[in-house]
Amino acid sequence: MNGANNMSDVNNMTDVSDLNGTANSMNGEQEHIFYARDLNIYYGDHHAVADVNLDIYSKEITAFIGPSGCGKTSVLRCYNRMNDLIPIAKVEGTLEYKGLNLYGSQIDPVEVRRRIGMVFQKPNPFPKSIYENVAYGPKVCGMSRNRSELDDIVERSLKRAALWDEVKGRLKSSAFGLSGGQQQRLCIARAIAVDPDVLLMDEPCSSLDPIATTRIEELMDGLKNDYTIIIVTHNMQQAARISDKTAFFTTEENAETGMRTGMLIEFDIAEKIFSNPNDERTENYVTGRFG
Amino acid sequence: MAIFGRLLDRRTKDHIQKSVTQALGTKRSGRSGILDTLLRYIIIALLFISLIILAVLIIDIAIDGFDVLSSRLGSFLSGTLRSRSVDEGIGIQQGLVGSFWIAVFVAVFAFPIGIAAAIYLEEYAPKNRLTKFIELNIRNLAGVPSVVYGLLGLFIFVKGFDVFLLRNFKSLVGGSSLAAAGLTLSILVLPIVIITAQEALKTIPSIIKEGAYGVGATKWQVIRGQVLPYAAPGILTGTLLSMSRAIGEAAPLILLGAVTGRLGLKAGLFDFYQLQERFTAMPIIITNWTQKQGRDIGFGENAAAAIVVLLFFVLLINATAILLRNYFEKKRA
Ligand SMILES: Nc1ncnc2c1ncn2[C@@H]1O[C@H](COP(=O)(O)OP(=O)(O)OP(=O)(O)O)[C@@H](O)[C@H]1O
Ligand SMILES: [Mg+2]
Repeated sequence: MNGANNMSDVNNMTDVSDLNGTANSMNGEQEHIFYARDLNIYYGDHHAVADVNLDIYSKEITAFIGPSGCGKTSVLRCYNRMNDLIPIAKVEGTLEYKGLNLYGSQIDPVEVRRRIGMVFQKPNPFPKSIYENVAYGPKVCGMSRNRSELDDIVERSLKRAALWDEVKGRLKSSAFGLSGGQQQRLCIARAIAVDPDVLLMDEPCSSLDPIATTRIEELMDGLKNDYTIIIVTHNMQQAARISDKTAFFTTEENAETGMRTGMLIEFDIAEKIFSNPNDERTENYVTGRFG
Repeated sequence: MAIFGRLLDRRTKDHIQKSVTQALGTKRSGRSGILDTLLRYIIIALLFISLIILAVLIIDIAIDGFDVLSSRLGSFLSGTLRSRSVDEGIGIQQGLVGSFWIAVFVAVFAFPIGIAAAIYLEEYAPKNRLTKFIELNIRNLAGVPSVVYGLLGLFIFVKGFDVFLLRNFKSLVGGSSLAAAGLTLSILVLPIVIITAQEALKTIPSIIKEGAYGVGATKWQVIRGQVLPYAAPGILTGTLLSMSRAIGEAAPLILLGAVTGRLGLKAGLFDFYQLQERFTAMPIIITNWTQKQGRDIGFGENAAAAIVVLLFFVLLINATAILLRNYFEKKRA
């Protein structure tokens, strides 16, 4: 999957519907993998998120922080077209992935989700065995030809998600028998089993103990070499520790309608956000003086 | 509480009291507590009354039918319709075969069409006014009296409406035939199958579906691999219960011209030619024999025996439904 961006590919350019577009990388400059301009999200009449302009850079960890209800999950779910599944959700604006309009008419959302994996806010294992949970993605994507290949993928994914040692003896038992934290790591294993380019993680550590959290953070640090990661977190230390760039969102009440709309306040390298932010609201939030 | 008060000794009572106060912090205020208990006893009493009525009915019928079933079960099951109850050859074979085929028709037509319709309505249909309207009407159809379905079957299959396509139906099923009965009862239970399947399909938590979409599953893969397995226990129970409803229906079959007097045909269980022939079914035999017992008292106990046999099969189907549901639920957890 990687290597498709090599210059040699330029000669046999593939159809636009192929998502292996070439990122607009300039010499010396970092390449961005996602490019959002004037992104607006509505749920029915509710204008949930307004005018987000945000570049996500390849092979980096970007953290989304902000108070509850500010639209972090909503924005995150735009990146893999997960909002398509909510009938009342509407996304407007520009959102490009490697230079391709993600919401273009020729884009297949199923293909998008194979490349851009997701770990959800609540652990959501399938009501199947541990093995089946991890094998499901590779199966539906037609990734493995035989059983032993699938076994390998399952083992590798569980190891990367720091869960293998705890479950290797009971791969055939139900995933519901795992603790909440184990279930979340299982969901991470499930997401990386299809070898995506990008990993979207919505508060992946909110149900984990400090040890498991540390493991997940180490895991993310390791994954960073191959994947682009966007993580939503309420844990300031975590965001400061692991993210390269941090985006701070907040909500403001619309004076006329009384509805709360989320917006991106500041986006910068993590150090700057946590030590010397430009915006006062960011400073109040990261120092715990919010609201 | 008052009833059980005397049955418990002091220490147990104190113990329970203590654990209750500990668990709840404070005791429930007196009035709502009494109301609660009262309501519970009323509900239990009502439940008992209906169970007792049911038990009395079943026992009464079992006693009435006991003679026939114990002395000549074999010939009763293999016998045919007769005009006099003393006739040696009297029995319910034709009714059993008829009801069997009705069940087969329901399984072959109503189940797949009903489940497919439910999947379409739940997963594919746009959530707009038209869909709502259709769903509402399916609910209404489920409440339409069964005689009306009998009329529908009568016009389509037996009379062959004066419309080209519907005339074809008549020649296809052969008028007042077993196939006509099977198809009519399939139509009758179709709304029930759709509704119960739809309810079952709704039970899957949306986060599980999202998890499947999240790793790149297509819509059909999500339905096939997640939604259907999750809904299977509910769908199975619903469909099998609708099957027992179908084999218990008499009214539509009377309109379709089920045979009550003497049916010359005596075909085996798997003789396909009988589908286009005249037919009878268990509920028809029961209705008819019960009516006849005024003139010929012997029909009464034959009817009772037939009821016991029908009940046996209905309970068998229901038990299968429950066992299958438990099996699939265990697999799910
Ligand atoms: N499925 C939905 N239907 C309707 N409104 C929604 C839906 N999902 C989110 N919203 C609304 O959009 C706004 C942003 O929600 P979102 O879940 O994106 O916030 P969040 O920043 O992730 O919050 P949290 O930190 O609590 O997870 C909220 O006002 C919420 O009510
Ligand atoms: Mg959220």
